[in-house]
Amino acid sequence: MTDSGRTSLSQREHEALETERGNLPARREDDMRRYLPGVEPERQLNDWGRSERIEGLMDRTLYDFYYRYWFRCEVDGIENIPATGGALLVSNHSGALPPDAAMIGKSIKEEHPHPRPLNITVEHFFKGYPGFSMLIPKIGCVAAHPANVHRLLYDEEQLVLVFPEGRKGTEKLYKDRYKLRRFGRGGFVEAAMRARAPIVPVCVVGAEEAQPIFAHIKPLQKLTGLIYAPLTPTFPHFGMAGMLTYLPAKFRIRFLEPIHFDDEGMHEDRALVQSVAHEVRARIQENLFEMVRERKSVWFG
Amino acid sequence: MGSKRILITGVSKYWGHRLARQMEAFEEIETIIGVDSSDPAGELERTEYVKVGTQHALLKRIVDAARIDTVIDTRLVVDSSTSSSRNAHENNVIGTMNILAACSGPDTTVRKVVLKSSAHYYGCEQDDPAFFTEGMSRPHAPRTGIERDIVDAEASLREFAEKNPNATVTILRFANVLGPDVRTAHTQLFALPAIPMILGFDPRYQFVHEDDVVHALEHVAQENLPGVYNVAGDGVLALSEVIGLLGRTPAPILPPWGTGLAVNAARRIGVKVPPEMVNQLRFGRGVDNRKLKAAGFNYRYTSREAVQKLAEHMRLHPILKGVREPYRYEREVEEFLRWSPSVQGNAEAEDTQSAPPPPPDPPRPKPKPRPRRPIAPVEQYDDLESEEVISLLGSMEATDLQALLAYERGNRARASVTGAIEGVLARRGSLI
Repeated sequence: MTDSGRTSLSQREHEALETERGNLPARREDDMRRYLPGVEPERQLNDWGRSERIEGLMDRTLYDFYYRYWFRCEVDGIENIPATGGALLVSNHSGALPPDAAMIGKSIKEEHPHPRPLNITVEHFFKGYPGFSMLIPKIGCVAAHPANVHRLLYDEEQLVLVFPEGRKGTEKLYKDRYKLRRFGRGGFVEAAMRARAPIVPVCVVGAEEAQPIFAHIKPLQKLTGLIYAPLTPTFPHFGMAGMLTYLPAKFRIRFLEPIHFDDEGMHEDRALVQSVAHEVRARIQENLFEMVRERKSVWFG
Repeated sequence: MGSKRILITGVSKYWGHRLARQMEAFEEIETIIGVDSSDPAGELERTEYVKVGTQHALLKRIVDAARIDTVIDTRLVVDSSTSSSRNAHENNVIGTMNILAACSGPDTTVRKVVLKSSAHYYGCEQDDPAFFTEGMSRPHAPRTGIERDIVDAEASLREFAEKNPNATVTILRFANVLGPDVRTAHTQLFALPAIPMILGFDPRYQFVHEDDVVHALEHVAQENLPGVYNVAGDGVLALSEVIGLLGRTPAPILPPWGTGLAVNAARRIGVKVPPEMVNQLRFGRGVDNRKLKAAGFNYRYTSREAVQKLAEHMRLHPILKGVREPYRYEREVEEFLRWSPSVQGNAEAEDTQSAPPPPPDPPRPKPKPRPRRPIAPVEQYDDLESEEVISLLGSMEATDLQALLAYERGNRARASVTGAIEGVLARRGSLI
């Protein structure tokens, strides 16, 4: 854990607070950032529900084991993640219970000269499902609501990871591996432009083989109320524990060059949003094919 | 533009009373009038209490007579465990409409209307943002009666604001309130030895301390802040964190499916979980409080500190129970102390510290509804329906009644009106 792990406050100094204090109410939106709640050092959780204790525990045990020994992650281009300020990481997504998000977060902690916490956006479904609803925010996941992404990127200047493929990426079958699905409706580009935060495309190779999905079991999905019930090498015959069991594929994570948006009001240009979304998707797809082409073995890299 | 002449509704309830006491301390405020349909539950010093419900004709007369410039409406029911849903609806929707009716009109003196609303306006749903800002509307239609009432009440306030562009209309949406004195469904829940939770859910909660509620209302009365403001302490806590701070035991006994049935069963054994709280126990809610901070308001307590204050109170409460005498409003005593010429000691002190002596309003600086000369009792008197005239008669004095009778005979000569005036005069005469 880094020192800024729990804060929901941007690290900027509250400069010039006194000089502008007055009775005049009208202020520009920029100024709202200085009114973010301060850090309460006694607390274990931050305002998003992220728990230092639970996240630290997961980080030291499960994530560490998977990162070092199971997936033997290799990271490329970590310098593309800015050391300060908000940035939106956009990645491909795979695996029934996807290990890629946790491994991207862990790689930033391990490899980056300024380790920073990563906020992972997840579907609203998780907030409504018992158990997940309790655990998911504690390990740094937030619902993929545009307002949440904006607050994290712009106001709190944090790192946010999105999977524009969403559920379509994780539920795709083994035969479709490494073929990117549609990138939503470009909402992630809009969010980055509005917050004027850079987009860092991320490619993950190995997650597709770590938990391949051979088929979907519709009746089980109906019974459990989950978003899908896949047939994987370990699920459902080993129960819920099978969900956390992965094959030891070799992971490679590549962070691509960031795309910057410095002008105000770019998000209103729909055509620009769509073309940037296509561009990001094309770059990730191209790099994925290149990484798979160079990979000699699924298990040993 | 600070407020000088204030009318506070719901003065007999907790919030109206707290606010009235708070405003009494400001010398620049000339008049504070508190209205409610029941007697005050606590002592009032400068505030004049008028026992009146939300009948707009009566309220309008009070507002006009006292030249009220600010109406602060603290009367909204935001906790369905405190009254029946029919009463809550009557109070929240119809009551708000009536109060606004009393504030409007072409020659109204009201320049500011403040509504104490609730963050229940936003509801609690699965696909909510983590922090609601004031501009966000709720993503789904209201699910519970209280939420529907709050949305309706705010809608009528917004309509009022559109029709009265000169008036400052402020809506404050308060998060769940905690504190040593206030009683809400949540303080009752937190007083249980084991706090029921929905299995598998740990909702996010934001609180505001009761003192901050009063200060926020006072702040918007003093400043000119039109629009909607969220009021909630800094920091959003998980329910498990709250339970830890209170030193209680979490009891995840409510099932995630069929929660409603379990809540009904819990109600039988005395654990009150109102419907709007069920959603909150499942999904929780956070609001963005920065707009009010940017408007110059300083919170004294964070959410966490509000919970800690409640915890301190709960540890002390069993020892202090029954120490404080309950207050009873005695109308005769209050009136004697306020208006009697025999009262000397306090009256002088009051005169020096509070600019206007208490009795300026009730005697009769009433310009409008009282006819002085037979020629023109009221402007547009002839437009008034006979029923409206008759409803006003009871409060008029004998000389005015005679003047009105003369005027009515000379002009429209409505038999029902003249008959009613004669009837009132006859009854007065028989009493004398």
